[in-house]
Amino acid sequence: MNTPLWEVFVRARNGLAHKHVGSVHAADATMALQAARDVYTRRGEALSLWVVPSHAIVASDPADRESLFEPTGSKIYRHPTFYEVPDEVGHM
Amino acid sequence: MYTQALNTRETTTESSPDADRFQARIDAEERIEPNDWMPDAYRRSLVRQISQHAHSEVIGMLPEGNWITRAPSLRRKAALLAKVQDEGGHGLYLYSAAETLGVTREELQDQLLTGRARYSSIFNYPTLTWADIGTIGWLVDGAAIMNQIPLCRCSYGPYARAMIRVCREESFHQRQGFEIVLTLCRGTPEQKAMAQDALNRWWWPCLTMFGPPDTDSQHSDTSMQWKIKRFTNDALRQKFVDATVPQGHFLGLTFPDPDLHLDEATGHWQFGAIDWAEFRAVLAGNGPCNRERLEARRKAHDEGAWVRDAALAYAAKQRNAA
Ligand SMILES: [Fe+2]
Ligand SMILES: [Fe+2]
Repeated sequence: MNTPLWEVFVRARNGLAHKHVGSVHAADATMALQAARDVYTRRGEALSLWVVPSHAIVASDPADRESLFEPTGSKIYRHPTFYEVPDEVGHM
Repeated sequence: MYTQALNTRETTTESSPDADRFQARIDAEERIEPNDWMPDAYRRSLVRQISQHAHSEVIGMLPEGNWITRAPSLRRKAALLAKVQDEGGHGLYLYSAAETLGVTREELQDQLLTGRARYSSIFNYPTLTWADIGTIGWLVDGAAIMNQIPLCRCSYGPYARAMIRVCREESFHQRQGFEIVLTLCRGTPEQKAMAQDALNRWWWPCLTMFGPPDTDSQHSDTSMQWKIKRFTNDALRQKFVDATVPQGHFLGLTFPDPDLHLDEATGHWQFGAIDWAEFRAVLAGNGPCNRERLEARRKAHDEGAWVRDAALAYAAKQRNAA
């Protein structure tokens, strides 16, 4: 059997989200955390680590990019700059 | 460089709406991500390049590992241990990047252990004295940096991101090596002679690290078109020579090349003819340490088998108990 693959996420500082940094192979979750520590945090890069079985991640298909993300392209009224506020009103 | 053995020509004659869109994305400096459409040749080329690079990092641990137990002080030992551990890490970042293209770690390992995969010719030279450890950090890591910095902008996202991590760590490797050589050069005449001897043996093999000259390097054109590669072998080699020669002169060392001279007109250091026959022989498996390196790798793999098996058996047992 091949050794399972895990995706590694690192939180560099409190206040930041965990960020994907790469993957490791490990037989179980404990060993995956240990391997992730050795491979991705040798210079104080992390305050916290997540490892997630790679097969547990569900990804959007790049082929669906247009149908998923394009519709928001035309909805410019979702942005503050769409609206006019006279200069005299000042910052809003 | 670490992927100098790439020698199969990939053709990009593939023309289809997909292929055209792909090339347009590359030309627009967009990054290609794992699930995106890509030509088969691009995928094959990347798997080969990234895995050769990974193998080089892993095999590259062996010549330096040879000196960990004999480092002359605790400071040097701690630094060398950290450096060799980094190289193992580099190998792992790169294997992960290669796996995003649909190969398994086990396949890649198997290619290395059965001798079907290539790795950089430089790691088939022996580390005879402590001065070799300094010289490897200074020159081999120095050459690696030259090659890896442009790879941080490689068109394939996971490879580029792995390279950014690697480059952040390489600078320490080169500086610790240079410091070792500097210390030897400021030491006794015997120590300085050791440094000179190491430079004499490593200089020419380091120049071949950048791969064959542009005139007969067969993969450059498509790699450049796909922006996997951004500079030619000869351009990177010249950059390396220009950066390194003044450093060697600062150390008071002489380069083993009677033709080496500064071309005032271009500002480049001109160097003599490289022995490409030796390069090809080392690449083909006939360097001083090829057999030893692969044997060491196989031995480590075989002797670690029971650990991998036990870890998997334990994990299976825990799952069944749950
Ligand atoms: Fe490295
Ligand atoms: Fe290095």
